[in-house]
Amino acid sequence: MRICATLKWLCLAAVLALPVQAQPPLTDTPGVAERGRALVADRRRGLCLLCHSGPFPEEPFQGNLAPSLAGAGARLSEGELRARLIDSKSVNPDSIMPAYFRAEGLHRVGAAFAGRTIFTAQEIEDVVAWLMTLREERSP
Amino acid sequence: MRFLLALLPLCLPAAAAERRSGFDDMAPQTQAMQRDDSANPGMLWVLEGEALWARGCASCHGDAALSMRGVAARYPAWDAATGAPIDLAGRIAQHQGAPRLARESQGLLALTAFVAHQSRGLPINPPEDARLAPARARGAALYTQRRGQLDLSCAQCHDDHAGRRLAGSTIPQAHPTGYPLYRLEWQGLGSLQRRLRGCMTGVRAEPFAYGAAEYVEIELFLARRAAGMALETPAVRP
Ligand code: HEC
Ligand code: HEC
Repeated sequence: MRICATLKWLCLAAVLALPVQAQPPLTDTPGVAERGRALVADRRRGLCLLCHSGPFPEEPFQGNLAPSLAGAGARLSEGELRARLIDSKSVNPDSIMPAYFRAEGLHRVGAAFAGRTIFTAQEIEDVVAWLMTLREERSP
Repeated sequence: MRFLLALLPLCLPAAAAERRSGFDDMAPQTQAMQRDDSANPGMLWVLEGEALWARGCASCHGDAALSMRGVAARYPAWDAATGAPIDLAGRIAQHQGAPRLARESQGLLALTAFVAHQSRGLPINPPEDARLAPARARGAALYTQRRGQLDLSCAQCHDDHAGRRLAGSTIPQAHPTGYPLYRLEWQGLGSLQRRLRGCMTGVRAEPFAYGAAEYVEIELFLARRAAGMALETPAVRP
């Protein structure tokens, strides 16, 4: 089971490593990595740790539905990271990762969230800035 | 690479793997709490249901241990009066004279738990009734449809990723084996519909109203998917 899961990720990683579109910045203001880190760790805002693990020694409950975020900034360019955050389905149509900057094409969105993206454009930039700092494949 | 791709299909049918109740994925302490009737908080509702049964139902139905044995295992079932499928709580609520017992009211939860408790240990046994088929098919479609701001379907979590960890929670296979059940997070007893609403709001989707046909459709689908698994009411879940 474990081996199968690893193989699946390896295949996926190989597919993802093919050249895919990169997205230019969404705002003129550069992202702030610290703010990005806080958003990623926030279980009600970023929700990232529901699925991913990452370099967060202080966070006990991290998911394993997705690859670790450690090393993301070494594996992918800034533009590629941004493309995945904006809408991961533009890269992999079967992705379970929510689109953080797309509000259309969704079904029965709760009233409190309807018509709104999960992140603002500036928050996407903050998270991308933090992901770019992740150069080590292993979490410290 | 080609070698890896050839292996990939072997890894995919996680849903075809062995079926597991949510019970099997729980911590040993929580399992022990469910097993021991004197520690299982759900038994408080069963006892309350027994008292309500004695007052309102026993005059027609007699000893529930005889008349209600196996009943919960057959629900949802076809309801001739409304010409639609109905779940066990809906059927019980229909029985009461005015004032009707509201969905998720303590009285209805207690009676449903008491009746379902009479089937504890029996296999889920969905009726072979052709009139249920269209609703069950709609339930299957609801189960695989992505919804909410997070754009996730039931199947993506409970078939494709069951057994993995969503933050701290192990994702169960979503078998309706224990309802109504005591959930530690709720600190109370709740119905399967309450659980389904929780998963819907979890993906930031607009839940259906209690009693909506859509829930009964999903319940029909889940019951068929879990056919043969033993009922546990009142179960305990984290
Ligand atoms: C519901 C699950 C889920 C959530 C929530 C989620 N992701 Fe993902 N993410 C995935 C999966 C699965 C992949 C693997 C590629 C794919 O299937 O799209 C992925 C891939 C990625 C990648 C590419 C990793 C690589 O090395 O190729 C990055 C970066 C990423 N996610 C960052 C984030 C961030 C940051 C957040 C929160 C703001 C987040 N994800 C939230 C499931 C999720
Ligand atoms: C993002 C992942 C996710 C999605 C999507 C999801 N669920 Fe769940 N579900 C869970 C988790 C995790 C639990 C375990 C309870 C907990 O800890 O929250 C659960 C519990 C359940 C249970 C209880 C199982 C038991 O043992 O009592 C049922 C039934 C269920 N889900 C059905 C559904 C249905 C039907 C849908 C779609 C309408 C759905 N879920 C969508 C994650 C999900």
